Amino acid sequence: MRAYIPSYQLVTPPSLGEALDVLAADGGVWRPFAGGTDLMVLLEAGKLPHKNYLNIWNLKELRGIEVTAQHVTLGALTTYTEVQQEKVLQEEFPMLCQAASETGGLAIQNRGTLGGNIVNASPAADSPPALLTYDAELELISLGGARWVAYHGFHTGYKQMIIRPDELLTRIRLPRSADKLQHYYRKVGTRKAQAISKVCFAGTAQVRDGKIEDLRIALGSIAPVPLRCVKTEDALRGSELNQPAIAQARAVLANEIVPIDDIRSTSNYRHQVSLNLLEDFLRQLSA
Amino acid sequence: MTIELPCVVNRESIVLNVHPMARLLDVLREQLHLTGTKEGCGEGECGACSVFINGKIVNSCLVPVAQVEGAEIKTIEGIATDNQLHAVQQAFIDCGGAQCGICTPGMVLAAVDLLERNPNPTDAEIRTGLAGNLCRCTGYIKIFESVVRACQER
Repeated sequence: MRAYIPSYQLVTPPSLGEALDVLAADGGVWRPFAGGTDLMVLLEAGKLPHKNYLNIWNLKELRGIEVTAQHVTLGALTTYTEVQQEKVLQEEFPMLCQAASETGGLAIQNRGTLGGNIVNASPAADSPPALLTYDAELELISLGGARWVAYHGFHTGYKQMIIRPDELLTRIRLPRSADKLQHYYRKVGTRKAQAISKVCFAGTAQVRDGKIEDLRIALGSIAPVPLRCVKTEDALRGSELNQPAIAQARAVLANEIVPIDDIRSTSNYRHQVSLNLLEDFLRQLSA
Repeated sequence: MTIELPCVVNRESIVLNVHPMARLLDVLREQLHLTGTKEGCGEGECGACSVFINGKIVNSCLVPVAQVEGAEIKTIEGIATDNQLHAVQQAFIDCGGAQCGICTPGMVLAAVDLLERNPNPTDAEIRTGLAGNLCRCTGYIKIFESVVRACQER
């Protein structure tokens, strides 16, 4: 059943300060509305229970990409198209660009935002695994001030986050690494374009003289939250890059994940594909 | 609750009187009677409702109209100029790129968008450019050929 549009409110604050005023005055009553690529789908289906939205699409304070020696900092409203066009991201954070290019089609990429992808908190979202492996940090702002939090740990359960109702996600910060990282990103869906992931795998590693010095692994569409696979990382960190290590890593990952069953895939399939992607990642690393 | 909202549609400045949460798609079709823009899936999968906002292609079913305040919108009705079809439109006619016609406005806009960004696309780039648009008649080959023809004609 279609939504009854007059039962909704969408107000447009002229500045970030006024947006925060509204969020603070009635904590939880107003929720931010960015590019609409998730919320409008629910609206049309008559499944958008929350009624009052704050249109943040035009807030300049939430746009732009800033590059310093230490970080690349993206405004929360950076679109997938803008992510793909940014040279520093292409060179140093290629998995984020790949995730952006594999999310929806071009029309979605022109509207969908990185911040929206994070706070919509779908476990099947494609940028979170890349953001987790790149040790992203998030800036949350309220009238009380700003705080930076690690993205790892931001999601506490299905659609649950540590952001407060009076806070707005304003920026996403990626630490630049002096080390030479190898990157592996693979989305498995029913179709190459427009599909929602059955499994999404992101991995980075530093390998020297055949030894894995450091690595990060994250999975999307596996758990109720985008999942950083810390136990599997620990098992591989410092180990030689060889077949016994790969076999052991598969065994550790098999115990670390309990994949979800949903309309897009089964737990069994996701389990098998996750292990295969881990192996593919490790086999493709150059020593 | 409605608001007054100025914007430009197909090069004409107008002021809409709309509910801010109304879908741009519905405003275009029902208030402005620009029915060339079609509704397919209503959830951003099919591209039938594609329009340009400030030169960027978007799904108008996913845009609340409040977000086009002051923006420049172009629909399929604004693609031809002075009764002269766009090269993409002519190529769709010449190559039989339309069957039932529901996906056609979106396909044409996706092709126009592609050629503006990339006048000499490879076959793979054409397929990526059309990836957000579904044709339920499955006439993809003729649509693809239409875009190839449009590239040659330009």
